[in-house]
Amino acid sequence: MHKGKGMKFVGDSRISAERKPNVPKDYSEYPGRTEAFWPNFLLKEWLVGAVFLVGFLCLTLAHPSPLEGMADPTNSSYIPLPDWYFLFLYELLKYEFASGDFIIMGILVLPGIAFGALLIAPFLDNGPGRRPHQRPVAVGMMLLALASVIWLTYESASHVDWESRAEANKPIPPGEQVEIDTEDPGYAVYENSCMSCHGDDLQGGAAAPSLIGIDKSAEEIAQIAQEGIGSMPPGQFSGSDEELQQLTDFIVSVNEEQSE
Amino acid sequence: MLQKIYDWIDDRIDITPIWRDIADHEVPEHVNPAHHFSAFVYCFGGLTFFVVVIQILSGMFLTMYYVPDIENAWKSVYYLQTEVAHAQIVRGMHHWGASVVIVMLLLHTLRVFFQGAYKKPRELNWMVGVLIFFIMLGLGFTGYLLPWDNKAYFATQVGLEIAEQVPFIGEQLKTLLAGDANIVGAQTLTRFFAIHVFFLPGALFALLAVHFILIRRQGISGPL
Ligand code: HEM
Repeated sequence: MHKGKGMKFVGDSRISAERKPNVPKDYSEYPGRTEAFWPNFLLKEWLVGAVFLVGFLCLTLAHPSPLEGMADPTNSSYIPLPDWYFLFLYELLKYEFASGDFIIMGILVLPGIAFGALLIAPFLDNGPGRRPHQRPVAVGMMLLALASVIWLTYESASHVDWESRAEANKPIPPGEQVEIDTEDPGYAVYENSCMSCHGDDLQGGAAAPSLIGIDKSAEEIAQIAQEGIGSMPPGQFSGSDEELQQLTDFIVSVNEEQSE
Repeated sequence: MLQKIYDWIDDRIDITPIWRDIADHEVPEHVNPAHHFSAFVYCFGGLTFFVVVIQILSGMFLTMYYVPDIENAWKSVYYLQTEVAHAQIVRGMHHWGASVVIVMLLLHTLRVFFQGAYKKPRELNWMVGVLIFFIMLGLGFTGYLLPWDNKAYFATQVGLEIAEQVPFIGEQLKTLLAGDANIVGAQTLTRFFAIHVFFLPGALFALLAVHFILIRRQGISGPL
């Protein structure tokens, strides 16, 4: 930059009034076929980027991103799985030396050593040679670590039936969820006798299953309401025969609507 | 016209030196795939950055619809997925980008490792890189919960149980992440959202800036 006496500035600013031409440096003196990043190389980079983007968009179009049913904390049968790049850590915790009493091994010591070594690799592998055969220990450890990660990921993923998992956990579209007609006379009876266990939308709860999607006739429902079934005690419904009729009609109508 | 606008701005803030600092640097022959095809391995870092940009842009559009509360999170994602024009593609880009970025990150790390490019004087940049890797894993972990579907919920629960087993600080660590000692719920979701959208991207941008400044100062490593 030009410094010293005789400098001219733009107005009262510190910007030099002397314009520098906006021309790239000349790289022809550099070794080999060095070229300028801007604009020469960037144009080629864009080409690579465009090809990459097309491939990436094909992937997104061919495989819409998955969405399972809304989280249901009471679902105790769900088998959790992390995203694929955490599978190797997850699988590690299944080995005896890395679980139970030795869980510290699995969650801290082994990953700590591996990632710690990765972090300070330049200081562990501090010889001058850069070529792989000049640093067999570092390269060997990395290959070993890579092989273990690939093996663990494979072990973890190969037992999973991804398609049936996706099938079993399909989301229920909110639009197809049944509208519960709370004006129905049967709903008033339901509210009195059944709602405390089966939920205000017949969706079920901790103590009782959902009443939507059941395969029962009106007579069977009436019988269950009076005599109970399984862990449901008898005598939940107490009222007139007319009310019982309204109740069973209501539950049957909800189920008919749902199966449409 | 453009030249006039440029000159007008340059006259006031002298951007030519800034622009030359950003854009003007040399690309040596050994990293240029146009001269040596095998130099495509040097593209991995730039492609990682490209996917990071995709993640930022698609994520910004997703937050236009996403609602981080347990009643509506899933519904907002479902709505996005089924009703909003092109949102399936935007969500798809964010979803697949999250995986692709890990793959590219791994390839970039392996290129640097097997070339021994982390040796003096580039030790610091390697460590910055590994920190970036951790941040990206953190983004993956926190982002996985946000759709609030079953796989999100139960995977996060497992993750938090693992955090809880860390000696001495386990319980505090879990509470810090989940917002509650026992419940994975509304607090957890808002916390993971904040971490995913503000804390980790902030740290990522800072580290990326350091990463790029160091590359520019040191230049790319020479041929093997
Ligand atoms: C979002 C993540 C990252 C981005 C966007 C990124 C970007 C880049 C770019 C564009 C370069 C120039 C050379 C090239 O493209 O290969 C580079 C070089 C480098 N990166 Fe990264 N990087 C990331 C993560 C990492 C990670 C995880 C590591 C290591 C664990 C790392 C270590 C390095 C080192 C040491 C160099 C200098 C290599 C040389 O001079 O040959 N980076 N990075």
